[in-house]
Amino acid sequence: MKPNREVGIIGYGAYIPRYRIRADEILRVWKSIDSIHLEEKSVPGLDEDTITMAIEAARNALKRAAIDPQEIGAVWVGSESKPYAVKPTATIVAEALGATPHTNAADWEFACKAGTEAMQAAIGFVGSGMAKYALAIGVDTAQGRPGDQLEYTASAGGAAFIIGPKEESLAYLEGSYSYVSDTPDFFRRPHQYYPQHGHRFTGEPAYFKHTYCAAQHLMEELGYTPRDYAMVVFHQPNSKFPRRVAQRLGFTEEQLKPGFLVEVIGNAYAGSSPLGFAAALDEAQPGDRILLVSFGSGAGSDALTFTATEQIVKNDDTLLRVRDYISRRREIDYGTYCRYRDNLNNH
Amino acid sequence: MARKKRKVKSMSLARHWRLQDERYKLIGRECAACGKKLFPTRDICPHCGSRDLKPYRFAGRGEIYSYSTIYQPPAGYEGFVPYTVALIRLDEGPLITAQLTDVDREGVEIGQRVEMVTRRLREYGPEGLIVYGYKFRPVLKG
Ligand SMILES: [Zn+2]
Repeated sequence: MKPNREVGIIGYGAYIPRYRIRADEILRVWKSIDSIHLEEKSVPGLDEDTITMAIEAARNALKRAAIDPQEIGAVWVGSESKPYAVKPTATIVAEALGATPHTNAADWEFACKAGTEAMQAAIGFVGSGMAKYALAIGVDTAQGRPGDQLEYTASAGGAAFIIGPKEESLAYLEGSYSYVSDTPDFFRRPHQYYPQHGHRFTGEPAYFKHTYCAAQHLMEELGYTPRDYAMVVFHQPNSKFPRRVAQRLGFTEEQLKPGFLVEVIGNAYAGSSPLGFAAALDEAQPGDRILLVSFGSGAGSDALTFTATEQIVKNDDTLLRVRDYISRRREIDYGTYCRYRDNLNNH
Repeated sequence: MARKKRKVKSMSLARHWRLQDERYKLIGRECAACGKKLFPTRDICPHCGSRDLKPYRFAGRGEIYSYSTIYQPPAGYEGFVPYTVALIRLDEGPLITAQLTDVDREGVEIGQRVEMVTRRLREYGPEGLIVYGYKFRPVLKG
């Protein structure tokens, strides 16, 4: 899929909170798994949530794009951790950016692929000529029940992308493909604080089937093979799944590495593959082709192919990169983590 | 019913809403007569007395002028204790009071460069309004 009018990314930005809890610290308390496959995960501070993280990621994107926020025709936020059940996250983000009132604003939902869902919509909105620019954000403060396997990975962060005309882009869209089915691998009912997941069911019929098929169909449609790509980014619920699907599709560890962040920040749900993609863009050179494949439980995958232009190179030392946020870290213990995540209240 | 009414009133929805430009975007005033930048917003320039003031968006950078760590907070801020409140000299001139964030108590110094971020200021309980606004943190880059 591709709109009639060619579009691309004219600015992007990321955000990861400062706090980290090490996986072995969680293991020390719960002893609930037999082996650890990641080092640590990010934890939001007491005054942070999906809205504050979306605002900072979007401000970074705006700075890179160097456009007037009033020119943004849509502010779309994809997340499964909205601070309000009713009241859009997007209007608060749009207000803080200075994009209101002459703009569209809405929240998108599709578990961990809500961010690429918002990107797809922004591509269509700009590609149809309904807006000059549209802002899409994937961001989450992920929830995992204390002691559950998910607690080792559920983290926080996100990335924002401003879609605009191809001529102004730092990476242009070659095509996208979506693949969805009704698969009950992971869900959360209303008024429940923590999600339920189907353990082994989350692998083959859910993650692998959807990411593999979306990626495979998109490459077929575009006439590419893994060798045509410089980098590939998958949704990263743990360190095993993205490695395994990359290998099955025929990608190498080197292609996966630039956007592979789960071992040092965890799984930021709707922020996971967008953050990986932002990290890949940070490393990209003109002409580099990148495959982005999200996954959302429920279930589905969006695959998108972008190619970097000459404008990917920005010699501006004040622009914050994903690695700047990764290296800004303050380690906390499990007790502090419980306080920051409000785990001392009985959910 | 009476209890419910009081609750909504105590959230001061209208007051928080009116302060959004200041809190989200650091919009103050620039005096057309003497050129001084003002924050927070005022009706009359304290420097020259002019009423000809225009909206002005501050860049959000400055340095710590003084600071103090709070252990006995006002109602609504108990969850953040201990936290640091600073007087910050914005690069454009005004001194503003704001909470520091992403700092450890031992890491704060007078003269330290800081930048504005938008964070949760407080919430009115699990059912009430969440108030967002500016805080400052050490400059990350540039
Ligand atoms: Zn004046």
